[in-house]
Amino acid sequence: MGKTLVEKIFDAHRVEQPYPDTHVLKLDRVFCHEITTPIAITDLMARGKDRVFDSTKIKAVIDHVTPAKDSKTAEQGKIIRDWARRHKIKDFFDIGRNGVCHVIFPEKGFVRPGYTIIMGDSHTCTHGAFGAFAAGVGTTDLEVGILKGVCAFKSPKSIKFNLKGSLRPGVYAKDLILFIIKELTVNGATNMAIEFTGPVVDEMSMESRMTLCNMAIEAGGTVGVCYPDMTTVDYLWNHIKDEFSSKEEALKDYSKWVSDEDAIYEKVYDYDISKLEPMATFGNKPDQVKSVKELTGTKLDQIYIGSCTNGRIEDLRVAASILKGKRISDEVRAIVSPASPAIYTMALKEGLIEIFQSAGFCVTNPTCGACLGMSNGVLASGEVCASTTNRNFTGRMGKGGMVHLMSPATAAASAIAGTIVNSQLYKG
Amino acid sequence: MKIMKNFNGKVLFLDRSDINTDEIIPARYLTEITKEALKPYLLEDLTLTGFDNKEDIKDKVVVVTRENFGCGSSREHAPWALEVNGINVVIAESFARIFRQNMFNCGMMAIELPKAQIDNLFNNYSGSKTNIEVDIDKAKIYVSSGEKSEVLDFELGGFDKVLVQEGGWVNYADNRY
Repeated sequence: MGKTLVEKIFDAHRVEQPYPDTHVLKLDRVFCHEITTPIAITDLMARGKDRVFDSTKIKAVIDHVTPAKDSKTAEQGKIIRDWARRHKIKDFFDIGRNGVCHVIFPEKGFVRPGYTIIMGDSHTCTHGAFGAFAAGVGTTDLEVGILKGVCAFKSPKSIKFNLKGSLRPGVYAKDLILFIIKELTVNGATNMAIEFTGPVVDEMSMESRMTLCNMAIEAGGTVGVCYPDMTTVDYLWNHIKDEFSSKEEALKDYSKWVSDEDAIYEKVYDYDISKLEPMATFGNKPDQVKSVKELTGTKLDQIYIGSCTNGRIEDLRVAASILKGKRISDEVRAIVSPASPAIYTMALKEGLIEIFQSAGFCVTNPTCGACLGMSNGVLASGEVCASTTNRNFTGRMGKGGMVHLMSPATAAASAIAGTIVNSQLYKG
Repeated sequence: MKIMKNFNGKVLFLDRSDINTDEIIPARYLTEITKEALKPYLLEDLTLTGFDNKEDIKDKVVVVTRENFGCGSSREHAPWALEVNGINVVIAESFARIFRQNMFNCGMMAIELPKAQIDNLFNNYSGSKTNIEVDIDKAKIYVSSGEKSEVLDFELGGFDKVLVQEGGWVNYADNRY
């Protein structure tokens, strides 16, 4: 009987199986940010166990509220900063060098095929794009991860999407994942890994694969995974070139992290996505998805482009290609947050920042910012935001505010129109 | 130190599916660095007609709710906000993975019951003052309200049970790994 990718990763990392459905895994990476880590740190201190299992495997960042907006967020920053120094955690990214965790950590080469990764952040599933098992956990799991380098999981089950055809112009990975969440519903993949495979995924950049895997959690999934291929190797090459004699050697090694042909799935979905239209959410759950056509004309107050879902360079390029030479509507305000310093620099060099500014966008520093309504773009009650982020929960971007999730292309076009529109309206 | 939490007391009925962790504790309160500070904000953004997050939570120990409770963000602030308000048990048709694990990691209980039994609890007890006692060793739930009472069986995995008995995952893991 064959095995899925995730089953293979479990087999390679299992410390023990204390109960039939409980697998304690050795961790390759423990990622930390300043919202969920400080309470783990203070609890470890209170227990007299202020230690870390391996300072080289722990990576930390301040990303949710940066620069600190008040005394409380300054205190959170101080706790994680002091802790990183105390334990000589070399890869700690403070203001000026920081970016959104699920963007900057892959960029720095911290994620590899076959790895086990946890973080106190539900969108940790993003890193499955590299063929890793990466799961969001709570602060207690994080605390044990920091102290012992292990985490417990239930027996892994997988579902598979075999995606065929090709995406139409104006349709992106974000539209595809919104469509998939609509199909699965918000708990359709609970306790499961979602495999994204097929020619559509093969053609995708790592950025697009990360957008797909990022939102696996919105269907309840533990992780979204893609099989490593030459695109994965190319993305990582600067960080792995000392480990392999050639890209082909790297690919050969990483190719063990794919599912067997006869692996067992809970369900396999075969979709031809050639007719998929641009999609957006309408209610307060991520599975409430309609075509942009059906939502056309929805009035907006704010546009937000950024986050761990869609704040990468590819996203900024797409948005800028629509905004070039145009102005946003006088009826709206717009914010873009390049998700890492490297992306910001690239956007600056490519002239994208100038396009955003000329169009009337506010360009912020890299941060999670407005996505969860903690800083940099909180909505007032009754306001509506077109957003490239991942959650449209009630009050997510500010109490009484409403969020429509969509692709960067749709968001950019909607900024120009002041209402939700198809990006093809402003193409060419 | 192996002190089990209190799993016996008054019931708060939340008649909705997909209650997410943003509703349980909004992100604007995630800047707090103590659990106790979360106490006034539990369920502040819950969308549920007639629900009053100040009055309805008082003195409750058990939540009974529908499907996919605790979906969304991984924030353990959600179980903590329940815990500091004295709520140590959530009984639902199903849970989101991370929330469920967070509950047991804190030595709290996330109990799944079949839809028919959840429907029965809402139909027969919601709206009247109801008490629930959870016996972890016998795996039984004792429900009572005035003259009415019944006993329900539930399943608890070996790992979940040991986490509750040992007061959470940090204690367990520290002794073992």
